[in-house]
Amino acid sequence: MNSNLAWRLGTVLTVVIMCGLFLVPNFDDELPEWWGSILPTEPINLGLDLQGGIHMVLEVDTNKAVENSTDVLAEQLRRDLREEEIATRAWTREGRGDISFELVSQSRADELEKYITDYLPELEQVSKDGRDYRYTVVELHRENIRQFAIDQALETIRNRVDEFGVAEPTIQRTGNNGILVQLPGIQDPERAKRLIGKTAQLELRLIAPSDSSPGAVTLPGENTDPTTGLSAEISYSVESTVLLTGEVITDARHRPGQFGDSPYVEFVLDSRGARIFERVTAEAVGRQLAIVLDGRVQSAPVIRERIGGGRVVIEGGFTLDEARDLAIVLRAGALPAPVTIAEERTVGPSLGQDSIDAGLRSFSYGGVLVIIFMMFYYRVAGVVADLGLIINVLVLMGILSAFQATLTLPGIAGIVLTLGMAVDANVLINERIREELRGGQTARPAIESGYNRALPAILDSNLTTFLAGLVLFQFGSGPIKGFALTLCIGIGSTIFSAVFASRVMHDLLLSRSRSQTLSI
Amino acid sequence: MFQIVKPGINIDFIRLRKIAFVFSAALILGGIASLLIRGGPNYGIDFTGGLMLHIGVDSDVQTSDIREAIADLDVGDIAVQQFEAQDGEFLLRVPTVDVNVGGGTPALIKDRLRERFADRGFDELRTEIVGPRVGKELRRRGILSVLFATLAMGLYIAVRFELRFGIGAGLALLHDVLITIGALSLFNVEVNLSVVAALLTVVGYSVNDTVVVSDRIRENMLRNQGAKLAALINSSINETLSRTLLTTGTSLLVLFVLFAFGGGVIHSFAFTLIVGLSAGTYSSIFIASPVVEMWGERQAAN
Repeated sequence: MNSNLAWRLGTVLTVVIMCGLFLVPNFDDELPEWWGSILPTEPINLGLDLQGGIHMVLEVDTNKAVENSTDVLAEQLRRDLREEEIATRAWTREGRGDISFELVSQSRADELEKYITDYLPELEQVSKDGRDYRYTVVELHRENIRQFAIDQALETIRNRVDEFGVAEPTIQRTGNNGILVQLPGIQDPERAKRLIGKTAQLELRLIAPSDSSPGAVTLPGENTDPTTGLSAEISYSVESTVLLTGEVITDARHRPGQFGDSPYVEFVLDSRGARIFERVTAEAVGRQLAIVLDGRVQSAPVIRERIGGGRVVIEGGFTLDEARDLAIVLRAGALPAPVTIAEERTVGPSLGQDSIDAGLRSFSYGGVLVIIFMMFYYRVAGVVADLGLIINVLVLMGILSAFQATLTLPGIAGIVLTLGMAVDANVLINERIREELRGGQTARPAIESGYNRALPAILDSNLTTFLAGLVLFQFGSGPIKGFALTLCIGIGSTIFSAVFASRVMHDLLLSRSRSQTLSI
Repeated sequence: MFQIVKPGINIDFIRLRKIAFVFSAALILGGIASLLIRGGPNYGIDFTGGLMLHIGVDSDVQTSDIREAIADLDVGDIAVQQFEAQDGEFLLRVPTVDVNVGGGTPALIKDRLRERFADRGFDELRTEIVGPRVGKELRRRGILSVLFATLAMGLYIAVRFELRFGIGAGLALLHDVLITIGALSLFNVEVNLSVVAALLTVVGYSVNDTVVVSDRIRENMLRNQGAKLAALINSSINETLSRTLLTTGTSLLVLFVLFAFGGGVIHSFAFTLIVGLSAGTYSSIFIASPVVEMWGERQAAN
């Protein structure tokens, strides 16, 4: 064996052994401690389409966030003006971010305008018609509101998912106002989605004394008959004043119901909330308190006495899971604005396993068929090509494993396709060698020129597929990216195994045998 | 030694080109006619937006049972069909979907189905929701990427070889894409993201064969200067014929395996590649090379 061949053989063996080592974590979960310091320890990631799970891109309704913030600003301004003793009336929000109101006395106009310019730079005057004013929230501030709403929604969703208990969730911002949520291995996707999507705006209000009370608001709700247990859809008249919101909640727990009652949720208020709640309940003994969640009256218990300590109970015919999920969302806080689904791809656990099985099946059947065919067609040279194919797959999987790439169903298809296309290089070379042999060459020069003359065609043809793979990688999302990735890595490993490794094997065979014939 | 093509074979491909052109034109026109009759490609929800539910139930449940179970739900038109002719698997599609997270249309339909078929093996296999804006964006990107890839291939060949090879390869590519899209329409295969991925692979792979043939033509042109172009092209195609058939053969082999054993989700993907690769091999012999020859003759005439 000459030194050049020994060097090349060494390279092939090194690469094969390295890739073999990269693959070990996929088969053995108990690795020795020193392993992690030099080699990757994690197995190949399975995509959500294989392990099952939720992939969602959510969009935060940032317009709604702007509306909400505008309402808060208007409320603040109104309170401030009352403290400054500047009388105003007829407050309304116009459109998304405009506030209009009427000044009662013209003499305070200068004071009013100066106050807003000095203390509320978020507002800008749009028009003034006599005593009618219209202000708008400036664009810069609106953008802040939008960005803040997305960040806050992301944080809230993360808290909820953490409390729900999902292994290795991905929650991050994507695009302009999107949030990417990936929850692998979820058993009940609809329940997880309900948990994430609940706005969870909690309000405590008093039920209005009568339907026609001034300022009463009608809200839908359910009424459960305590004796029959049947619930019916009814509407409640509640007072417009919100006594407390969910922001004052410090903790929430679900409790199993006693004596056959359904489970309920108990939440704890912070000290300010507890003080307000105590005062309100003291003033309203005998009246009904409405516990409103996302615009629906959950329950409306009668206040029997003053309630200190800041503990409030929500009942509403929950199942244990519902009570648990409600406690989670109350603890994790409300979403600043509603979120909607821009895109969702959920795969159930059973289909994921089916896909893995089908992928492995087609991989092994395809591989065996190609290997048998090559052996049959090219004899010894076919065996060399087959060994090259095995090295090819080993390198491909080793690289995927080393880079912690994610394997998807189209990704497996890409590997199977690589099996079929990889032998192309060997076929090109072997057909060339056959031509050279027919031309009267002996084995060594035939192999030499066969490899050399097939090389440009191999490089050109693989490069075009590689280009298409790159375009695909740019275009694709999730599973498709997985396909593009295996296709492109597969091309690299094909060139290594078919052009480099198989040549080493041919040379090795020639150096061992005295014969000048070639089985091809 | 096994050989599918005997050495020294000499088929006059250039002479066969007229028949080939007619044959190709017929296939392409057939595909276009199908597209026109069906009013465009059968876009899946990836490109139209909407909701798709893939469910599993016991194999004795019929499509009509599913339809009946959801008939009174007020969520718009729900199309129900069997999934890839498999018993007990169904696809439900709703063109417009409200996009509340948790709740809304998907939850309504699933709750109803779970309630009705809980004791008959109900299983949620897949849920896909694509908002209308995302659908439009995916369609735009899909079309652009196929166009872009085709252009990149043509340019690559034109730079790597000569202009006429680039034109030949480009036309062959267009031919392959048109035939594949036509076949998708004829067999009413749903065009989704993975079909577009397959189409892009076809674009990359179909050039593959053209490159190998062109490479040989160029080599023979250098070796036998002064020989007639038609003869050179013919011998080049013949010399590479066994390679062309072999590699397409092994690729098609694994694709048929994928189609048969890879599961229903991968069906349309495998189908697209099978049609595309076959068209690609055919066109590298009967379209790309004859175009090089015709272009050469035109230049000689000028």
